[in-house]
Amino acid sequence: MLERIIRFKLNGGEVEIGAGPDTPLLYVLRNDLGASGTRFGCGAGACGSCMVLLDGRPVNSCDTPLSAIEGHQVTTVEGLGTPARPHPVQQAFLELQAAQCGYCINGIMISVAALRERREPVTEAQLQEALSRHLCRCGTHGRILQAARKALGLSMQPA
Amino acid sequence: MSTLSIPAAGGLPEDLRANPRLSQWVRAGADGLLEVSAGKVELGQGVWTMLLLVSADELGVTPSSIRLTVGDTARSPDQGLTAGSLSTEVGGMALRLACAEVRRRFTEAAASRLGVAEAEVQLAEGRFRVAGGASFSYAELAADVELEQPLRGDGVPRSAQERRWVGMSLPRPDLERKLFGAGFIHDLRLPGMLHGRVVHPPSATVRTLHLDETVHARVLAMPGVHTLHLDGRYLALAAEREEQVVAAATRLRRSVRWEFESTPLETGPDQCWLRGLPCEDSIVLEEGGADIADGAARRFEADYSRPFLAHASIGTCCALARWEGDELTVWTHSQGSFPLRRELARFFDMAVERITVIHADGAGCYGHNGADDAAIDAAILARAAGRPVRMLWSREDEFAASPAGSAMSVRVRAALDALGRVVRWEHDTWSQTHVQRPLFPQLSCLASRLREPPAPPPPVRDFPLPAGGGQRNAVPMYRLGTRRIRYHLVKAPVLRSSALRALGAFGNVFAIESAMDELAALAGRDPLAFRLDHLDDARAVAVLQRAADAAGWSQDRAPARRSGAVRGRGLALARYKNTGAYCAVVAEIEVTDRIVMDRLWAAVDAGEVIHPDGLVNQIEGGMLQAASWTLKESLPWGAEGIEARAWEDYPILGFDEAPRSMEVTVMDRPQDPPLGVGECAAGPTAAALANALYDAIGVRARHLPLTPPRLLELLDAG
Repeated sequence: MLERIIRFKLNGGEVEIGAGPDTPLLYVLRNDLGASGTRFGCGAGACGSCMVLLDGRPVNSCDTPLSAIEGHQVTTVEGLGTPARPHPVQQAFLELQAAQCGYCINGIMISVAALRERREPVTEAQLQEALSRHLCRCGTHGRILQAARKALGLSMQPA
Repeated sequence: MSTLSIPAAGGLPEDLRANPRLSQWVRAGADGLLEVSAGKVELGQGVWTMLLLVSADELGVTPSSIRLTVGDTARSPDQGLTAGSLSTEVGGMALRLACAEVRRRFTEAAASRLGVAEAEVQLAEGRFRVAGGASFSYAELAADVELEQPLRGDGVPRSAQERRWVGMSLPRPDLERKLFGAGFIHDLRLPGMLHGRVVHPPSATVRTLHLDETVHARVLAMPGVHTLHLDGRYLALAAEREEQVVAAATRLRRSVRWEFESTPLETGPDQCWLRGLPCEDSIVLEEGGADIADGAARRFEADYSRPFLAHASIGTCCALARWEGDELTVWTHSQGSFPLRRELARFFDMAVERITVIHADGAGCYGHNGADDAAIDAAILARAAGRPVRMLWSREDEFAASPAGSAMSVRVRAALDALGRVVRWEHDTWSQTHVQRPLFPQLSCLASRLREPPAPPPPVRDFPLPAGGGQRNAVPMYRLGTRRIRYHLVKAPVLRSSALRALGAFGNVFAIESAMDELAALAGRDPLAFRLDHLDDARAVAVLQRAADAAGWSQDRAPARRSGAVRGRGLALARYKNTGAYCAVVAEIEVTDRIVMDRLWAAVDAGEVIHPDGLVNQIEGGMLQAASWTLKESLPWGAEGIEARAWEDYPILGFDEAPRSMEVTVMDRPQDPPLGVGECAAGPTAAALANALYDAIGVRARHLPLTPPRLLELLDAG
């Protein structure tokens, strides 16, 4: 697998990386580009910890090869907001203290942020669909759902 | 063993006797911050915030004036393990006393500078002053106070009324890092480091590893591969880049062959196979010589069980190690930096003084997972490679190489008199051990079993009473006539098992609280009234009543929300370890082809509450994790070890399975000592769900997990 230079946009800025085109995006984000908030959980796209936005669409970065993102836009949790200027999704998660260990949260916030960008109003069913790609082990499901609803303007008492 | 530490009679608590210098707890930083240090570490449970609140109050400063260091063997006190729901109860209270004494020494120094009596000195916002006079900060007084002196034990913690920070739901400072991309051990990088992986055998009992020489050479020739370390049955490798070590490890996993000496075991979902193994039998409690038949109008007997469970953290185990000459530094998310340091010293046959172990936060930790093993892996590979190593376990390692929570089988026998009161109670628990931690003089880490020559399997033992391991919470909290409680510890474990959240309390409370429900039905009594009839402990009565009131227990059940579903509700109660927090849980479920959780309520009495929102978060999480164990989880295993390799082999609770609401009521008891709450909800949640199932459809589920196929079996049998 020969290395070549691959260019893409990360959190709004142009980046280029010399690596094998089959290299999972996750390792390049974490080890080369300083975007370590994207987390390794399973390496098989089954837990959602490594979720990033690819042109606004949530994808697991652990099984997305670099070749697939050439010329595209990638957004990680670092591209959402900062402690001083949190993204509305981060703000909702902080307000509700919707985390225990916090390891799964960055990937989840990415998925919720993607829903927030939709033009049409988001439904509870769409939120559930988005979260079906994520796992939480600390049992924080209740707070995570509420924080997501808050960020999306959904009813906090779903039917 | 710090999990068993209790305040010494009339003296200092054990944590303070073991770390007797004030400077081990508090130092005045040159930059004006107070450096507070503790041995209890953040595991995702919020301990960091608890420690900040406790020390801020005692030192009379704001939390932002404190620089907290935890679990650093070069700087922190040795408080053993962060385990057993004792971080607040024991660890936080030791810190409280130490900080109170530091405040006293500084108050004396200020009084001396100001030429007034100690009682005239006031402390606010980190400044000591007399009314209308000069004031001094900790930094300004630091030269007058000898913090290297031993603790005297004369610090007086502030009263409940004087506390300003304790009792406040401070947003967790660690989340302000973790929700913005930082804050985990996984993010640490060392100059010149390699990425490491271990290729684990399916089981520690493997006899031989076969690695073809050609494969060995080919893997070494793969891009970036730096070291392939083979020692007996221990196989690890390091590469320059992470994707390179992943590719090489995948190649090795495909190519190595393992040889086992295994004896197939006939097992079954009721876990009764445990009873057929050689066991060490012990009496936990024996009251009177009554026989089960004496005075009994009705007799009851039932078997309950839980399967092996996985920790299954979302993040995998990680560690970094660096050797500088014969000095070793290890970064770890272990529950015990000091016990791990001693294990490292045993493993490498070196003095503990040459080893520094530094805690860094990992993904959620629910007990003795692979963190200690991964730390030793990092040190082995860093030494073999001659460079610093970042070790990360794969998802497969996380399932198959971590210690499991032991399967348990419980038999309850009871007798009711003519008035429907329990007059005799017998409880037998069969279980593997719940402690194979690095706490003992013998090596216990996985690598020690695999390298050449292998260490013998560690002696089989469990946590002693009163906390207990497999026998934890085997003694019911009810008045039940005479009781006989026995524990049967399996002598030759079939899988490596160790502490998983609540240990034996999960299985024992599930059994006791299910049996109490069954007995209530036998006696024709309401489950709440039947329990209250058998309870003397006023705090237990209060939490049970509170949870039942919150759930509207005395009112009729609401109709089912789903068409074709049947609704039911159940309750359960326990006091964790019989000495910790009280927790009552009510579950309302709907039964379709599965158990759907609709609403959960908990009432908790944990004495003084340090961090209210943190407490509620722990109870919510404790209920949902236990609900996941109860409804879904069972670790697949066979003669060659654990068979789960990926999430599809071990499903856990999904977001669509979370209950519609959870309500946690916290009892207000500021005058009582604080009690940990990380584990108290587990057993009650399991039993409340099974009891709700019985309430809904009249079928009693005694063997976990309560999956749709199990439900179908029960319905067919019923």
